[in-house]
Amino acid sequence: MLMLLILILFGGGGLAWAAESLRPGSARWVALGAVVLDLLLLAPFIGLSDSKDISIGITHGWLAFEQYPWIPRFGISLLLALDGLSLMLLLLTTLLGVIAVAASWQEISSRAGFYYFNLLWSLAGVVGVFLALDLFLFFFFWEVMLIPMYFLIAIWGHEARRYAALKFVIFTQASGLLMLISIVALALQHAGQSGRISFSYFDLLGSGSRSPWELWLMLGFFIAFVIKLPAFPFHTWLPDAHTQAPTAGSIILAGVLLKTGAYGLLRILVPLFPESLHYFAPWGMTLGVIGIIYTAMMAFAQSDLKRLIAYTSVSHMGFILLGIYAWNPLSLQGAVLQMITHGLSAAALFMLAGAIQHRIHTREMPQMGGLWTLAPRLGAVTLFFALASLGLPGLGNFVAEFLVLVGAFQVSWPFTLVATLGLVLSAVYALILMQKAFHGEPRHQRALLDLDRRETVAMAVMMLGLLWLGLLPQGALDMAARPLLQLGELVALPLDSIAGGAR
Amino acid sequence: MSGADIFALLPLLIVCAGSVLLLLLIALRRDHRLTALLTGTTLLLALASLVWVAPLLPRAATPLLFLDGYSQFFMLLILLCALLLLPFCYHYLEDQAERAEEFYLLLLLTTLGGQVLVTASHLASLVLGLELMSLALVVMVAYPYQDSYSRALEAAIKYLILSGAASATLLFGAALIYMHSGSLALDSAMTGATGAATPLLLTGILLLLAGVAFKLSLVPFHLWTPDVYQGAPLCTTAVLATLAKAAVAAVLLRLLLLSGWTRYEVLFPALAAIAVASMLAGNLLALLQENLKRLLAFSAIAHFGYLLVILLALQAGSPAPAATESWAFYLCAYLASTLAAFAVLLRLSVQQERVQLDQLRGLFWRRPALAAVMAAAMISLAGIPMSVGFIGKFYIVTLAVEETLWLLLLVVVMASAIGLFFYLRVVLIMSRSPVSAAPGYPRTAAINWLSRLAIGSLGLLIVGLGLYPAPLIELLQML
Repeated sequence: MLMLLILILFGGGGLAWAAESLRPGSARWVALGAVVLDLLLLAPFIGLSDSKDISIGITHGWLAFEQYPWIPRFGISLLLALDGLSLMLLLLTTLLGVIAVAASWQEISSRAGFYYFNLLWSLAGVVGVFLALDLFLFFFFWEVMLIPMYFLIAIWGHEARRYAALKFVIFTQASGLLMLISIVALALQHAGQSGRISFSYFDLLGSGSRSPWELWLMLGFFIAFVIKLPAFPFHTWLPDAHTQAPTAGSIILAGVLLKTGAYGLLRILVPLFPESLHYFAPWGMTLGVIGIIYTAMMAFAQSDLKRLIAYTSVSHMGFILLGIYAWNPLSLQGAVLQMITHGLSAAALFMLAGAIQHRIHTREMPQMGGLWTLAPRLGAVTLFFALASLGLPGLGNFVAEFLVLVGAFQVSWPFTLVATLGLVLSAVYALILMQKAFHGEPRHQRALLDLDRRETVAMAVMMLGLLWLGLLPQGALDMAARPLLQLGELVALPLDSIAGGAR
Repeated sequence: MSGADIFALLPLLIVCAGSVLLLLLIALRRDHRLTALLTGTTLLLALASLVWVAPLLPRAATPLLFLDGYSQFFMLLILLCALLLLPFCYHYLEDQAERAEEFYLLLLLTTLGGQVLVTASHLASLVLGLELMSLALVVMVAYPYQDSYSRALEAAIKYLILSGAASATLLFGAALIYMHSGSLALDSAMTGATGAATPLLLTGILLLLAGVAFKLSLVPFHLWTPDVYQGAPLCTTAVLATLAKAAVAAVLLRLLLLSGWTRYEVLFPALAAIAVASMLAGNLLALLQENLKRLLAFSAIAHFGYLLVILLALQAGSPAPAATESWAFYLCAYLASTLAAFAVLLRLSVQQERVQLDQLRGLFWRRPALAAVMAAAMISLAGIPMSVGFIGKFYIVTLAVEETLWLLLLVVVMASAIGLFFYLRVVLIMSRSPVSAAPGYPRTAAINWLSRLAIGSLGLLIVGLGLYPAPLIELLQML
């Protein structure tokens, strides 16, 4: 069942490529069908969040679990498991997948088959990352996410696309290899201690903190996740990649791919290195806070609309990093919620930026102005998401950032103080964005097509999502509650009792 | 030598007989198709004979040749390489050479040399196999002969002289070892009575390794590789890059395992320096290459640098079976990927050699199947998951982590990151818009079908083994 989710996307990608050569224009329908099918397959799990509670090893709270043998010689198996946290992120992934396909509906006409192939394979990689609990399989999907995204940026991107795509791949791949070394080291350590090599998450829980090289192995994982997050100072690939990517590429990058870094921190790094929370938390929080402030200031300085939104992404992800390393129940809930709400708001903003670029063929804000009078619906929707981005109460981002700040305050008030300044700065860049692009005298005299039906529906879905998360967030928080509780318990256990695990 | 011994040597004897028959055939009647068919039959028979002689193993067929699971597997690899390249070479030579029959003779001789190498258990047979292979390759590089100056002739002379120097070094090293130990057999006797490392023995070992490193294109003995690869005709380059390297790599591991030289710690810095330099130089120098033959040459240099990490792990304490398994797997991965890349290039090189990077432009749209296989080959060489090359790299990382060779691992990571540039660049160029018309399809229908089958199976092998390597791993664990 879980494997099916991944296989549908892989298969759908291949089918879309083949379909396009048979009948032009059919690839996008196949892609849409595949992603919607995945979304529908996930729907039953939503109701199960309260009732199902599978135990695996010393952990519990799982909603589904599958294991198939793969490379027995190394103790590697196809281990997939779903809990509330992964479910939330999977729902986000598939929803944004639909949005991404919708965004590329008219925009991509050349080689559409290959385009949707890459889009679906990248999504498949992400779904795999969120489901995989065998560390080798996790790494496998981590890498599989990359190359299709590389092609998306390098072929259908904008002016500096090849540079941006290459930078993205080199950063992520090199850090991924560091993570591979750490993974192999942990597995071999387990083999040395228990006599049987295994890459299973459940066997390796806590093993990092029992290793003499804990700091280096932890850094191997940390660098890989923090480059993906991205956190200062490893964020330099992001502005280029997001700016040069085609609209759907940016949506998937900002909405989904960045969340894999945060997910990795929560799911893999902390449970495998529980002691690291003690000595590394200040560093993590520092990087998070610097990221929030620095990139917010950088966002304000941008003239390229997409680049501005890209920097705001980094800034918001800084809150997640702060929330995770504060390791406080409230801040963790805030971090998880921020993953979802930022996914929605960033995706929407990138889609809008793409829509604007499609219409006026530039991303430079000095060349925009007065767009509201020309395309009022576009303006109103952008205002909504700009306000979401700056943390207006009533919308999801506010709840998430508020929870992070409240939680972090309980741990360390200086960090929280600096992070709160980020809220001020986010107001600045959000309003600058509105003012420069939409208000003032119109620079373009000719009429602009306003948002069409397809775009409006996509926007409406995301707006509803943010409103729901902003006004009634408890439902989403409940879904993540058990996994987060589980994580807290794991970390609190004495190190020796976190040993061994499932099969 | 009993009858069983001679029977056990059947794979080598079949290839011998095949070469003799080819000689006669070429002398009596020049027919390209017939020659190719005879070569193919010989190789197929040799492959089949591997199965027939299996019950008789392991056995020392002669004091010079030792047959066991290890040599069987590598003979299989070598014969398969030659067999898979056959249809492509046929097409290439059909279009580009007037007389092409001698190529097959040279191919069989190279294969025979390779087989002698992988079954060698004595320095004499090592030298014999190496020389047989090298001399056949030298002629293959210059073949077909042209009256005026040609790149191929220049490459052949370069290869001849440098190869001769390398062989001389190797022989000198062997002589020094003989002086120390009084034995040329590849067993523990090679280290002499006490097993202690005298300067004489160590010099001999280093000289011997230098000769072998030349053949494997390791830094600093790699300078011939890009020029010879570029100058030689494409079919020869393919044989050089796959068959020749695999045979020498097989014998290198055998040499080190049987002689027990890995216990001399002095060798570690030397091997480490060579490995690090090869990994970095191979990847860095490939960054600016526009010619795919040169790119694959530097890629080979880098990959054998990675392979040496296994030797270093062996020296640091890895158990021999694990090292053998990793060595064999990595070579399989390298061979599959390089064979696939050369197969695609050979298939594209109709009427003229097409090996410039911008000649691959738009291949995804003109010849999607070929481009897909080339992409798979590049991804495998880069070590990206979903390809057998990644599993090979994983083996290396696992061995190195086990022996805590952290600095080497760091170099592997850096080198792989650099490698991404040019491997992905090839794939990217293939996906751009085509500017020129597609090259024509080869004419002969029957062997056309064969080369399609070969390319398809190589592509499927690369991806299939990348997703499900367990069968191959189980096979290799039996070596």
